[in-house]
Amino acid sequence: MKVLLSWLREFAPIEGEPQFIADQLSALGLAVEEMQLIGGNLAGIVTARVLALRPHPKADRIQLVDVDAGDGEPLQVCCGAFNMAVGDVVPFATLGTTMPNGMLIERRKLRGEWSNGMLCAAREVGLADAVDGIMILPPELPLGVDFATAMGIETDVLYDLDVTGNRPDALSVAGVARDLAAWLKVPFTMIDPPLEVDPAWQASGLAAVDIVDGDLCGRFHARVLDGIAVGPSPRWLADRLTALGMRPINNVVDVSNYVMLELGQPSHTFDLNQVSGRRIRVRWARDGETVETLDGQTRTLTAADGAICDGDDGVIGIAGVMGGASTEISETTTDVLLEMAWWDPLSIARTARRLGLRSEASTRFERGSDPGVIDVAMRRFVQLLRETTPVRVAAGEIVADGNLPTPATVTLRTARTNAMLGVSLSRHEIAGLLEPIGFRCEVAGEDLTVTVPSFRMVDTTTEIDVIEEVGRHHGFARIERTVPRPTGQAGALSTLQQERRALRHSLVGFGLTEVMPLPFLAPGDLARAGLDADGIRVTNPLVEAESVMRTSLLPGILKTLAFNASHRNPDVECFELGHVFLPTDRSAELPDEREHLGVALGGSEAPAALDAWQVVVDTLGIASWRLVTDTPAGMHPTRSARIEVANTTVGALGEVDPQVLADYGVDRRVAWLQVDLTTLLALPHGPQPYRRVSRYPSSDVDLAFVVPEPTPAADVARALRKGAGALLAELTLFDVYRGDRVAAGSRSLAYRLRFQAPDRTLTDAEVAEVRQRCIDAVTSTVPAQLRG
Amino acid sequence: MTAELDAVVRARTDALAKAAAASTAGELAAVETEVLGRQSAIVELRRSLGRLEPEVRKAVGQAVNEAMGAIGDAVAARRRELDAADRAVRLEAERLDLTEFAPRRRRGHLHPFTAAWERLEDVFVGMGFEVAEGPEIETEWFNFGALNFPEGHPARESQDSLWVDWGAPGSTLLRTHTSPVQVRTMLAHEPPIYVVCPGRVFRQDTPDATHMPVFHQIEGLVIDRGISLGDLAGTLDSFVKAFFGGEFSSRLRPSYFPFTEPSAEFDVQRPDGSWLELGGCGMVHPNVLRAGGIDPEQWSGFAFGFGIDRFALTRHGVDDLREFWSGDSRFLSQF
Repeated sequence: MKVLLSWLREFAPIEGEPQFIADQLSALGLAVEEMQLIGGNLAGIVTARVLALRPHPKADRIQLVDVDAGDGEPLQVCCGAFNMAVGDVVPFATLGTTMPNGMLIERRKLRGEWSNGMLCAAREVGLADAVDGIMILPPELPLGVDFATAMGIETDVLYDLDVTGNRPDALSVAGVARDLAAWLKVPFTMIDPPLEVDPAWQASGLAAVDIVDGDLCGRFHARVLDGIAVGPSPRWLADRLTALGMRPINNVVDVSNYVMLELGQPSHTFDLNQVSGRRIRVRWARDGETVETLDGQTRTLTAADGAICDGDDGVIGIAGVMGGASTEISETTTDVLLEMAWWDPLSIARTARRLGLRSEASTRFERGSDPGVIDVAMRRFVQLLRETTPVRVAAGEIVADGNLPTPATVTLRTARTNAMLGVSLSRHEIAGLLEPIGFRCEVAGEDLTVTVPSFRMVDTTTEIDVIEEVGRHHGFARIERTVPRPTGQAGALSTLQQERRALRHSLVGFGLTEVMPLPFLAPGDLARAGLDADGIRVTNPLVEAESVMRTSLLPGILKTLAFNASHRNPDVECFELGHVFLPTDRSAELPDEREHLGVALGGSEAPAALDAWQVVVDTLGIASWRLVTDTPAGMHPTRSARIEVANTTVGALGEVDPQVLADYGVDRRVAWLQVDLTTLLALPHGPQPYRRVSRYPSSDVDLAFVVPEPTPAADVARALRKGAGALLAELTLFDVYRGDRVAAGSRSLAYRLRFQAPDRTLTDAEVAEVRQRCIDAVTSTVPAQLRG
Repeated sequence: MTAELDAVVRARTDALAKAAAASTAGELAAVETEVLGRQSAIVELRRSLGRLEPEVRKAVGQAVNEAMGAIGDAVAARRRELDAADRAVRLEAERLDLTEFAPRRRRGHLHPFTAAWERLEDVFVGMGFEVAEGPEIETEWFNFGALNFPEGHPARESQDSLWVDWGAPGSTLLRTHTSPVQVRTMLAHEPPIYVVCPGRVFRQDTPDATHMPVFHQIEGLVIDRGISLGDLAGTLDSFVKAFFGGEFSSRLRPSYFPFTEPSAEFDVQRPDGSWLELGGCGMVHPNVLRAGGIDPEQWSGFAFGFGIDRFALTRHGVDDLREFWSGDSRFLSQF
């Protein structure tokens, strides 16, 4: 909502520097998004007449203009606009002028032609744009005189306010003025236009209004006018509309808009002779009913839309949203029905949105217009229209009532108000804050009974709504600041949150870069990554390529690798820790949402993923885990394994399937680790019990076994651990040999076992015995032979 | 007696000359044996002392001892010289130009959003808050209904939200704020509640330099007895000073959100006097407390929220939000 300071001052004596007033508006919750000084800093700009227009010899987008700036001498100017004609009077910035935007006008050459000043567009002289191009001034103006004086431009300030949804009152100049006047403790005076009617011409016989559905229309006022000559608006009125962002059209439309901006009440005019039966019926539309609206389009209505119908029950307008073409005012119009109504906010919102017809008017109805201002608005409409055309007004107002809500009466507890705001106001002080903004207060014991004004009845219905008003007008800045401290709670991260952090920092320390690909995938991305194609779909995606929620971190990270590879960074090593969304059980209230870790080591083979997994193991304190040879979805069929902790699958590691890599445009191997942290962190883990470091010497024993290929080395290691028992301090697989010296289809696995007792030096006999137990354990459980 | 003393001087002179002439550690070891060993002239002289007259023996003995000390010192000094020379040769042989090398092991890089997220959490943890979390796909009730968005509220039906094909149409969406976590926290815990809820949220925003359909925000919720708007203003001001620095200040401006009343925008004032709009806040609306199973007559509370990603943007002077989501290692490795 834009307001002009001069307009506000018609309601209240508001004084102060423009910035001071802006700060006060912001402090009231009417945030000033932009402040514009109008009519200031125009010294040096004079009136001038266009004498001749010539093409620029070297440029198409500028032309040469000769102007007479009062002395009769033609002065050449280069100009980028083409909207003026010879004889037009235009604003002309003379050499040496500093424009409102700070630009200095100097004599200069534009592609070889001299320019001795600048012709000005409206925006360049601080006025709102009415037309594109150079501003064309009234032809009768004298030449060479000060532009601002000649045009009667007074300095003014335009504030563009961000009005929040709970402030229907502030969608009008009067409402803003009321709020600001109360804050500045100056009186607010509502306008009180006179209304002269023709007592011989009675409205009651001229038209009738029926509200069929009272839940749609709370109140419908109509007056009958005639004698309207459609023509241009007075300049001051058009200027105000322009400043507030509305385009002047003609006196009738402009007055309607002016009254709406000033008082917040939209209106509509019907050519009464075109309204069948001269009767208006207001009801819910029926599904499929159609109406041609003012913009010439045929609109199909639903039962949730409000319809304005004629005496034959045919639709002639969409309630609160747009009038119909059939009853539009034209040159042949004589009798006019002027309508001002109060519509159900929700239905207007619904219809305006559905039809894409949100307008200044529908926005006001949506927020809740003020039924109490209709009478003033009617009189104002007539008063303003009479500035341009002698309107006759029929005596009597046609009023139909629907279910107009009653403004709430709220018990406002003084103690509650003070407790919520953190202030200590008396009930009289509270009343003193509320009364100037229209809330009527009556003392009720320690408390107040507050009647909400009609202009706030939609948004203000409960005690807390009124407390907000008290806070606003007391001033948020005046509230003493206190800091509550929780009792019985020390601030802390949960174990899970600490572990998640530790994991991220460990992985970063390990050399990996954290990435955040978008969690949206394109249809086909999952299948292309070798995964189940069933993902949860976004039903209204921005683009189809972002319409599927990821079920795995793999596709997003593969895209990251491909992106980097295409920018000559082939071997990126990265990780992501984020949510995946599994459609596991479609009858559940929400999807199976899990936190996953994905690690990709570009250019590395499968074993590198084991290094990353060990970082996870060491960081989280996972006591035991094992790899189970497997081909998890999307992974390399012969270079991958599942990870099990406590017999539960918690992830997988290995390499990404070469076919998947090819499909994603990654041409190097990628070692891959994925961990379902939601599952893993629910299993026992954490700091492991301390094992005393033995002070006695250790003994190393090397054992090599020939093992057939299908037998995992893990089986051999498990047997060795079992055989060695508590004396085993360390087990290392230090050599794997395949070749001529072992049987085909087998390999030699050489282990170093380090034995150590916590309390003594092991004897040779003890070492020999445990060595034999290890050999026996392996050969009895695994098809392996000790290598001589 | 002169003859004996002359012999000592000769032996000493000879030994010092040989020690000085040794050019390797091996030669020096041989010289040491020759001039100080059992066969050496000086040791021979010491052995012969017993044969001298007592009055002579004292003077000659003293000369022998001095000579042996001097020879020992000379040998040791020569050894140090030769060792130093050896070391110099060895070191020269292994000289490296370190500017020929690039680091081979590097720490990775925490995403700047994570870094900002953690810094924010740390400030609130220091103020006594805990950290609450919740799902990113939410029910309409948790995202809107419980938060006092009236039926027909534009945010509820508009295309600002991203909806998913889960359950009945319009029942499930990607959460548009982390406020659902506030409701979940209220339902799970009795007051007092002091939590912050950082998390990922979603809007139907076309990506540009300052908007992404996915972003991160942090919200705070305090519910206790007698919590007031003054408590909110004071808590936020404490946060601002802890996070930005003591020379920053803050203000509240009246605003409107369905889930708080009174509602406010909170702005931070930089030391140069300019203002930064940080986020929204307010007293938790009684209807929201009721939805969370809390009696608004017994308890009151405040809530606040603001974006996280912008901190990363301004901290590092990045001018386009999309960079953070690109996965471009040339970008991410700068942090």
